[in-house]
Amino acid sequence: MRQRERQLGLLYALPLSVFLGLTFLAPIVLVAGFSTMPEKVFELTHMPDFSAYRTVLAQGYWKSVAWSLVLAALATLILLVICWPLAYAMAKVFKRFTLVLTIGVVMTLFVSENIRLFGWVLTLMKGGLIEGYVRSWTGFGFDAPLYNVPVIVFGLVYVYLPFMLFPLAQGISMVPDDARQAAFDLGATRWQILKEIELPLAMPGILVGSLLTFVLAAGAMAESKLLGGRAVITIADEVQTAFTYGQNWPLGSALAMVLIAIIGTLAIWAISKADLDAMMGRKS
Amino acid sequence: MSDASPILRISALTKTFDDFTALHGVDLDVAEGEFLAIVGPSGSGKTTLIRLLVGMDDPTDGAIWLRDQRIDVIPANKRPTCMVFQSLALFPHRTVGQNIEFPLKLRGVKPAVRKERALELLDLLRLPRDYYSKRIQQCSGGEKQRVALARALAFDPEILFFDEPLSALDYRLRKTLEKELKDLHRRTGKTFIYITHSLEEAMVMSDRIAIMRAGRFEQIAPAEEIYARPVSPFVAEFMGEVNFLSLSAGTVAGAELSPAAQAALAGQSGTLVIRPESLRLAPQSADLILSGTVAAEYLLGSRVQYRIDSPAGELTVEVLREDAVAGVGAPVSLGCDISAVHAIAEAEDAAA
Repeated sequence: MRQRERQLGLLYALPLSVFLGLTFLAPIVLVAGFSTMPEKVFELTHMPDFSAYRTVLAQGYWKSVAWSLVLAALATLILLVICWPLAYAMAKVFKRFTLVLTIGVVMTLFVSENIRLFGWVLTLMKGGLIEGYVRSWTGFGFDAPLYNVPVIVFGLVYVYLPFMLFPLAQGISMVPDDARQAAFDLGATRWQILKEIELPLAMPGILVGSLLTFVLAAGAMAESKLLGGRAVITIADEVQTAFTYGQNWPLGSALAMVLIAIIGTLAIWAISKADLDAMMGRKS
Repeated sequence: MSDASPILRISALTKTFDDFTALHGVDLDVAEGEFLAIVGPSGSGKTTLIRLLVGMDDPTDGAIWLRDQRIDVIPANKRPTCMVFQSLALFPHRTVGQNIEFPLKLRGVKPAVRKERALELLDLLRLPRDYYSKRIQQCSGGEKQRVALARALAFDPEILFFDEPLSALDYRLRKTLEKELKDLHRRTGKTFIYITHSLEEAMVMSDRIAIMRAGRFEQIAPAEEIYARPVSPFVAEFMGEVNFLSLSAGTVAGAELSPAAQAALAGQSGTLVIRPESLRLAPQSADLILSGTVAAEYLLGSRVQYRIDSPAGELTVEVLREDAVAGVGAPVSLGCDISAVHAIAEAEDAAA
């Protein structure tokens, strides 16, 4: 019976597995192949020589990698802190208003990220929506709060908010009300309830939200280009440059592989650290 | 109960939700070490009452005193009481040991000390010591029950509240745990207040039973007294099957009364309460004699129950198997002694 269920399960999973294999794995294999080619070639037919990886190491690309990871980590942390209360309210307090909020947040995704970021540029730039009005009313202008690192982090937080908010709300809705009430009845303060009950029980949601935002933000470039005015260059930006202006596919591929390796390792480490079954209270 | 001042005193406690009053100014004294069961059908206000007592809700009016401290103004996490939830509310992400230690951990008790206490509590509740590191999900229903109890006892509350914790369990396990709980009450000497809709449960365990109806206490007394002398037909019916006869000015319609019964009931009006097992079939002599025909017969193990159509209304009689006489359709006479009859006066009846 068990055996049969297993076989059926594998059978049902087959179409999607094939689809994923073709659409997800194949491009990565292709990129991995290109990353081992000599620089500035456009075929996979040359002898592998790993010269592109040498360039990655020699040319100081680690700075872009570091900026991407630091920016992504900052954005993830800030999102965790600001989304927790909102997600909590969505899961436990708002009731019908949750739907309105969900639609509102999802609606922003209908407009492309670049256009929304340009909207922020128009809002924040010198002579833009804010500074322009302030100057015309008060006579005093000020420099645009653009083209710096904080505004890049702001952009990342703004763009990836839904990816933290919804998993977090899902995680919080998994915290049973009676567990919270029982902890309170047994003498726990609000902070103790948060630390001992809510955070551990909502951990699957926290983890999924953090991984999503971190991975997406680590691969982001529009925020640093548009809002940040390339105050710092992210690794994704470098990858794009290598493929386009640089006409150096092997270098771009090598950079992409480095990013995939770092983020993949981090993600697998995070998931393995967290015993999802135990957190969700399933039988082990 | 004892002469000592009560551990818990509730006075004029009222709870109103919008336009619905769930509790109508109830009063109650609970003695130290008492096992009190609060019984009522759903919607009677018993859940509202316990939520106020543990602090999960605020009363609209009235006060709750624990000895000489007023506790209704204190949040639940600062009250020296705790509750075993209907759902048990065990923490699924913690082991059995961590669940039990939880209240001690909150108080900053050292790990070694609280483990010692948790193991003692496992002993007290007759759970094996190696359950300490077991996951909650690996425990059976009865074991979870004991873990929830151990966690509540680790808190060392002045009063332990129970919100129908046995209602989700199967019959046999419930019976076992009822006895264990009674035993635990005796061994710990704590004050237990137990909410249930099952009167049977209340009778097995408690010293006193408080019967609730529509946001008020209908009767608060030991089980035997409630059974023998219910203050209203509601209580009488709640305490199991019962026959009601209407009594007006000392006469009972459809029944013959002996001189002794006439003297006892002289001038009274209201409702007569007779338990099915107090009635005898074809009595040699009795203070109250009825007659009718057998409408149905039910075998209840060692006893037999009859439903009888009589001029006084439909009656239920329960006799031992060896005393069974009639079959369905047979005419029978029934009787009982005046000592087994309880009269509820008209005024109380009307109030109910």
